[in-house]
Amino acid sequence: MILEALERVLDDHCNSAAVRRIEAGDRAGPLWDTIEQGGFLDILQPEELGGAALPLPDLFPILECLGRHCVPLPIAQSIVARALVGAQATLPPGLVTIANRLQGTANGDLVCVRTPYGLLADHVLTHDGNAMLLMPSAGAERACIGDPRNSMATLTWRNVAPVMRLAGDEQDLSAFTAAMAAAMLSGAMQQTFDMALAYCNTRVQFGKSIGKFQALQQQLSVMAEHVLAGAIAAECAFRSNGLAPSALAGAFAKSRTSEAASLVAATAHAVHGAIGMTDEYGLGLLTRRLHDWRMSYGAEDHWNQIIGHHILSGSGTLVDQVRDI
Amino acid sequence: MSSLLSQLRLASLPVGAQALRAAVKTFLASALGAASSDVRARSWMGFDAGFSRALASRGWVGVTLPAEYGGANLDAFDRYVLVEELLAAGAPVAAHWIADRQSGPLILKFGTDTQKAFFLPKICRAEVFFCIGMSEPGAGSDLASVSTRATPRDAGWVLNGQKIWTTNAHHCQYMIALVRSSGEREDRQAGLSQFIIDLSLPGVTVRPIRDLSGDAHFSEVFFDNVQLANDALIGAEGSGWAQVNAELAFERSGPERIYSSIVLLELWIRLLRQNPLGQLQAAKVGRMAVHLAALRNMSITVTAKLALGESPVVEAALVKDLGTEFEQMVPQLIEASVGVDAQGELEAELHRTLAYVSQMSPSYSLRGGTREILRGMIARGLGLR
Repeated sequence: MILEALERVLDDHCNSAAVRRIEAGDRAGPLWDTIEQGGFLDILQPEELGGAALPLPDLFPILECLGRHCVPLPIAQSIVARALVGAQATLPPGLVTIANRLQGTANGDLVCVRTPYGLLADHVLTHDGNAMLLMPSAGAERACIGDPRNSMATLTWRNVAPVMRLAGDEQDLSAFTAAMAAAMLSGAMQQTFDMALAYCNTRVQFGKSIGKFQALQQQLSVMAEHVLAGAIAAECAFRSNGLAPSALAGAFAKSRTSEAASLVAATAHAVHGAIGMTDEYGLGLLTRRLHDWRMSYGAEDHWNQIIGHHILSGSGTLVDQVRDI
Repeated sequence: MSSLLSQLRLASLPVGAQALRAAVKTFLASALGAASSDVRARSWMGFDAGFSRALASRGWVGVTLPAEYGGANLDAFDRYVLVEELLAAGAPVAAHWIADRQSGPLILKFGTDTQKAFFLPKICRAEVFFCIGMSEPGAGSDLASVSTRATPRDAGWVLNGQKIWTTNAHHCQYMIALVRSSGEREDRQAGLSQFIIDLSLPGVTVRPIRDLSGDAHFSEVFFDNVQLANDALIGAEGSGWAQVNAELAFERSGPERIYSSIVLLELWIRLLRQNPLGQLQAAKVGRMAVHLAALRNMSITVTAKLALGESPVVEAALVKDLGTEFEQMVPQLIEASVGVDAQGELEAELHRTLAYVSQMSPSYSLRGGTREILRGMIARGLGLR
């Protein structure tokens, strides 16, 4: 029921025209207000805190849905932030994003690097290795990282104190953001695949739809394999009964979806030809996100390294260790 | 989303199936002894009738067959756990492999009461082994063009023709073959039937073919006026194509399409653990673990469909294509890691195993349907053909 309601809100307020408007700098549209007022940000919260007490497995399709719609605002981050904070505090209204780590610099500044939606968010939930901290964006210097439409930024604070200092496990935070980004990647990859499949069925060359050509059929088949591998890997991370996905499952989900993302983006463009390269057609909205989300919260090399260390430091067989993911 | 993709949602192995795992591990630890990795790497190409009988005495051959035929009456999930452990250990399962995986279930589904009563108990006791007669010199990927022919005669059939690339035919008592029983070559899929052929009959010649690794894991089989009894026909005359396709869902989705290089990978990880510089390969190990974990979960989702009695042929093709890609990636990545320094005490064993797996790995995406054929099937499932 929550999923259907969200789908309706996103169809109305997060269609490609709305996404483009927000990306152009107009974040005052109805999307955020509708999501916030509709209670969507509290879906993981217990009922006594006004939430829907959604179990983790049911969050997966919600995040996929956000990914399919190319959400340009930190809706998923705000949902996860509220879950991580739980009953400890009520987060202030407005856009909350998550950065895995708050680091100190030599001259005493505090920095969150490559923070998704860092250009837009009002607050950043992060972790300094000791505690979970809520940092106010208002006091930060924000440096755009990459394409400004993605609104990723590095935030630097000078002599600014956290708004909140909270208890929280650093690993829960990084596993949750990895799994969250994996689920959104999975949704975006499915949408990209659907666009490519539909295009192959309608575009006619040499007197027939291009999907009738074996060369394109084989490309779409491989694309389907990787979309599915990503979807299954992402969903695995949400099988947990706990507060957050397990560290290993989050790592696995983000690695597999991130690796799939580049193949999916490349194949979608290959089958679309020149039309896919236009701003107007909209494939770029999806494929830009595939690249952006691949790099958000750690791309596959980062997570593969962590998983590899875990395996090499263990003593059991690989098959036994993989089964625990 | 495309209906093909949306139908495959994550499934988990039930707790009951997991309970079998410890018992299988214990059995394998004693049954396999200290076989070296290059021997274990042969796995479902490794023939050892004694091992299959030992497994059968535990009730672990023909496990999905009903108890009345000597089977263990276990479901597809239980079989998944059993097979996963056998392959992970590199057990020599070739002798009973085909009968357990597909011939037994095929006979159970399409056989007469007489056929079931005759064959199934023997399969469960690992007394008879089966091979699959599909490819012919003129019918590889284009399977519907088989020209081996069964002609009705004297309340039976006379068989003439030839099969090739038949895995382990020279060790098996029976072949289930797809042959033409009516119509002509132009009729394609129509007029094909499956026959259970006793390979000891007069007129049958089995000739092993030496493979590039020095083994002889496959054979060519000639039929020269072989007189078959009427009940050699399995299922309905003319339904061979549909029956074969139902079998292929069993053949293509299982752990054997993921684990063909696992013995090599496990050995490499053991070697890295001994090596002070082994952690330098962590990202590569992690990547392979991630691919393996994804494939394993994909394979379990297809198994869940088999357990429901469905025939997920396209889904199985999808898992097999991606699975064999991983299996081929393993020796490639391990070869790429070889430098100029000493690698430790397992080095000689690693290189023997690597030599075998690298040479055999092209066959992973040939056997059971080539990569290109599988991708064509997936495209059909996506509605493109």
